[in-house]
Amino acid sequence: MAQKKFVVGCFDDEATLFPAVKQVRNAGYKIKDVYTPFPVHGLDHALGMRETSIHTAGFIYGITGTTTAISTISWIFTKDWPLNIGGKPHFALPAWIPIIFELTVLFAAVGMVLTFCYLCQLAPGVKKHHFHKRATDDLFVMVIECTDKTNADDLQALLKTNGAVETETQVAEDGWWFGTYDKEDDLYNQKQLA
Amino acid sequence: MHIKYESQLREPLVYGNKDYHQVTEDIVRPIEAKPTRLWYIGFFIAVTLLMFGVYSVYREVTYGIGQWNLNKTIGWGWDITNFVWWVGIGHAGTLISAVLLLFRQGWRTGVNRAAEAMTIFAVMCAGQFPIFHMGRVWMAFFVMPYPNSRGPLWVNFNSPLLWDVFAISTYFTVSLLFWYSGLLPDFATVRDRAFTKLRKKLYGIAAFGWTGSTKHWQRHESLSLVLAGLSTPLVLSVHTIVSFDFATSVIPGWHTTIFPPYFVAGAIFSGFAMVQSLLVIVRKVFGLEDYITIGHIDLMNKVIVLTGSIVGIAYLTELFMGWYSQNKYEGYTFWYSRAYLFSPYGWSYWGMMACNVISPQIFWSRKMRRNVFVTFFMSIIVNIGMWFERFVIIVTSLYRDYLPSSWSVYYSPTIWEIGFYMGTFGLFFTCFFLFAKYFPVIAVAEIKYVLKRSGESYKPGMTKLEAETAEEFAHNHAH
Repeated sequence: MAQKKFVVGCFDDEATLFPAVKQVRNAGYKIKDVYTPFPVHGLDHALGMRETSIHTAGFIYGITGTTTAISTISWIFTKDWPLNIGGKPHFALPAWIPIIFELTVLFAAVGMVLTFCYLCQLAPGVKKHHFHKRATDDLFVMVIECTDKTNADDLQALLKTNGAVETETQVAEDGWWFGTYDKEDDLYNQKQLA
Repeated sequence: MHIKYESQLREPLVYGNKDYHQVTEDIVRPIEAKPTRLWYIGFFIAVTLLMFGVYSVYREVTYGIGQWNLNKTIGWGWDITNFVWWVGIGHAGTLISAVLLLFRQGWRTGVNRAAEAMTIFAVMCAGQFPIFHMGRVWMAFFVMPYPNSRGPLWVNFNSPLLWDVFAISTYFTVSLLFWYSGLLPDFATVRDRAFTKLRKKLYGIAAFGWTGSTKHWQRHESLSLVLAGLSTPLVLSVHTIVSFDFATSVIPGWHTTIFPPYFVAGAIFSGFAMVQSLLVIVRKVFGLEDYITIGHIDLMNKVIVLTGSIVGIAYLTELFMGWYSQNKYEGYTFWYSRAYLFSPYGWSYWGMMACNVISPQIFWSRKMRRNVFVTFFMSIIVNIGMWFERFVIIVTSLYRDYLPSSWSVYYSPTIWEIGFYMGTFGLFFTCFFLFAKYFPVIAVAEIKYVLKRSGESYKPGMTKLEAETAEEFAHNHAH
């Protein structure tokens, strides 16, 4: 994968992060991503992201489950092997509702989680570049991809004036690959932060 | 700026003067330290119980159901009692994580991870009982509807027992997905703190390559919310369907329409009791009193007294209907087999009443709700009571039915029946000990999310916000 250059700015408080996001975007830079240790509400809007439509996918999976259950059970009980159960109707919809409901939920849940993993490129063994180790601990890490016109020093200065506690320029592979974390990442030093 | 406001009147969810890093430290440290001697002792006991259970099951599989004291009249004894008991316990986790998420109850964050883990392990234990009750357990796959060489002979989709197969397996799958998707960010936190290569590799695999990207969080939030929306009716459906196993039959004592709500309330009741038993210990052993606070315990005890009282109303309603229906079989079951203290199983009915209805009333007192020892003691009592409830429902209804000639002799379990039950305790606690040692027992990311709104040291900062008028607030904090 291609090596790219990134400017990384770390913030330690979401209260300074939001104005900084605004300033950086107003200055015309395109923010690649902000890595946060927990979901920061409103950050997606501040970054100009559109709403996710994963719930729509969930709905589609759900009705697929409903349809699967109704069609399978009704085919089995009315066409394939009609059982006479005390002379009751073969098409016994009320008695099937529990299974129809369960399959709806099952399809929706499994489908959504798989879609989520696919969209976010998450799977066991997947490795991605980490711009900062503390992005999963206590830092909000803003990453801006450099273009030919970007002056990395200016950008770092801009981040600093907007409250970044740490800034740096990194060259990294974008995207993801399979592999271990050990090759380039050094291990966490317990005393480092103490 | 995004406003995090919560009234100062609310109790803090996180005590102490914490920042984000401190939260990580507090929660992740216990799983980075070497296990204590106490952990090894507990784990050893759990594995021993599990082994005894495995041997009991081995005897049952080899020699048949005759290893148990079931008979033609009492076809469901301890086995199905234990099944319903474990499934009931398995309801609190999803209730806490899903229903309380939909109701925007911030306090769920401290307890949801452990409660969900408990749910998954409890459902695993529950599943063993109907599977081994089949006798010829190697035929268990017959419950799956698939085109087969036996006709194809299909399963009966009109049967509550098959609904149960779908309900329990769906519930297990969805709970597992919900739990694990919530664990991804926390595994990433542990991975990025790894101090050995092996840890980094294993937690790296477990974290699926999570980075904390804003877009991923946005999808994660949406996923959690929809899974919660799906799990809420699911959790209600599962115990409803378990109650259908009884309610759709024509056995006096089972054939009642009150069963679904009554079972669901009972499930939440016993589930919360089990969460209390476990968390009271976990918070002490891992020093997590700042996160699983007395406030959490208080709130869960409120749920216990509420659901316990709902269950109590259900018991009384059943007794009333036993008289009001003027059905002699119903009357006999409710007023003789159950409520008459000196009938063969009268002791179990009154044990149930004492444990489930009378004793939880102690939690009307705030002082008692906030007492850790009383809470722990009561959580055990409630779980004993809920076991009695299922025993009462199953055995007192079955042992004397319509035909006196088929009335059963007094039923008591064999050592292998008890062993199977003990074995599931072993399975449950083996899993729970491993979970407590290797998994973040509290949702780290979620605690960070509520920290600046509900943390003790951030509460005074709300004073300024509270002093503002609506216009000032809108003016000062508009985007």
